[in-house]
Amino acid sequence: MTTQLKELTKGLWEQNPIFVIALGLCPTLAVTTSVRNAIGMGVSTIFVLVLSNVLISAVRTIVPDKIRIPCYIVIIAFLVTVVDLVLAAYFPDISKAIGLFIKLIVVNCIILGRAEAFAAKNNPWRSMLDGIGMGIGFLIALLMVSGIREVLGANKLFGYVVFPGWRPIGVMVLAPGAFLTLGLLLGWKRLSELKH
Amino acid sequence: MPSLLNVSSSPHIRTDDSVPRIMWTVVIALVPTCAYSVYLFGWYTLALILVCVATAVITEAAIQWWRKVPVTVSDGSAVVMGMLVACNIPPCITWWIPVIGTFVGMAIAKHCFGGLGYNIFNPALIGRAFILAAYPKDMTTWKIVGTAAKVDATTTATPLMMLKEHGYPYLIEHFGGDKWALYKDLFIGNVGGCIGETSALLILVGAGIMLARKVITLYIPLSYLGTLALLTFVFKGDPLFAILAGGVMLGAWFMATDMVTSPVTKKGQVIFGAGCGLLTFIIRTYGGYPEGTSYAILLMNATVPLIDRFFTNRVLGTK
Repeated sequence: MTTQLKELTKGLWEQNPIFVIALGLCPTLAVTTSVRNAIGMGVSTIFVLVLSNVLISAVRTIVPDKIRIPCYIVIIAFLVTVVDLVLAAYFPDISKAIGLFIKLIVVNCIILGRAEAFAAKNNPWRSMLDGIGMGIGFLIALLMVSGIREVLGANKLFGYVVFPGWRPIGVMVLAPGAFLTLGLLLGWKRLSELKH
Repeated sequence: MPSLLNVSSSPHIRTDDSVPRIMWTVVIALVPTCAYSVYLFGWYTLALILVCVATAVITEAAIQWWRKVPVTVSDGSAVVMGMLVACNIPPCITWWIPVIGTFVGMAIAKHCFGGLGYNIFNPALIGRAFILAAYPKDMTTWKIVGTAAKVDATTTATPLMMLKEHGYPYLIEHFGGDKWALYKDLFIGNVGGCIGETSALLILVGAGIMLARKVITLYIPLSYLGTLALLTFVFKGDPLFAILAGGVMLGAWFMATDMVTSPVTKKGQVIFGAGCGLLTFIIRTYGGYPEGTSYAILLMNATVPLIDRFFTNRVLGTK
């Protein structure tokens, strides 16, 4: 039971996909302009990641080794299409803002990385726990980056003004702000580990 | 503890060079330029300079205290950095914008890289680049002075902006139809611009102070200004105007020469200066901005490790 709990919790912080494994940096940089977008991206990724881990783990013994990556991609692409169409139908504004990056979940390094490194070697139950943990870890990282960027760059949080009358640092919602925020957070995570 | 046998490692012969001596010399060299700006633009400019210096000193002290390393604000490098940020901002800008710039430059460009001696990029220029990207309108609104103050308006274009938007003949006409009147205004500092870039004469006075105290050498400034003038001349521009206008004087003498972010050897410094001149020319002529000094120096800062690798000094005894 403890090892199962470990599969679930390792991705949250100590093996966080963004801050430690450094996978999936493109969506982290691209969609974290607001917390709302980040939640849309994070939840979509959790859905795809958990189901793809389970499915890939279930077929791991019958897929020939040489064509495993194409097989994984087909499974992931099917799940991404589901997410993409659901978002477009029920959350059109989020779909409009980050729709392109939802489609790009197909080639998201976290999902392919977990499929290759974990789901292909473990049973579906453990793969699901791993997917949930890693997905939530990804969402936590997205929330941190987008929270900082939205407050500093747009003076808003969830669309509400934070400091009335303050003119935000507009560059923080642009690309340089994304690199700056992510870099500082990565450095801060490393620093907190060095001190232990 | 005096002892008869004193064993120490080399070097045994030391100069009296030290970080405080170098940095405080630069501070003194910047004083004429800053003082003239205060005379030209008013007391608010003095307040801006003091705010920048205070932000730089407080930020550095706070970070060094937090990192539990010796607090070295008395060596003057933070004061220089603050003054250079102030030199790079318009004289009528809202006061908290340079505070953000100074903080970002000091905290991210200097201390995230390990503090004095470890920073890749010039902290003052990173601060300027950050607030220029964040508040572009504030950073390009100028107070009118001197001959340029012909029109009845609160803001004016710098000579380089006039050149970019209306061309050379308009510029000359604006300054009374006489090329030499334009040069004179630029040289004395009778034009709009950033706090530190108005008077070429006073920048040269400061440069003279630094040269006399051997804080800087001529390699970087001369190759920088020379390349810019040569390229401008070849491409049918006005070379004297090119080196007198805008921030290139300030950049060439005070910021490209920063010891930490420039090459070590003479050859490397010449290449570095020439690269700065080339990039400044390209940005001014073909880029979207009227002035490119700060970006040119920052881009060349990034090449310094590479330049240092290719242009090493010959080791004594080898070929």
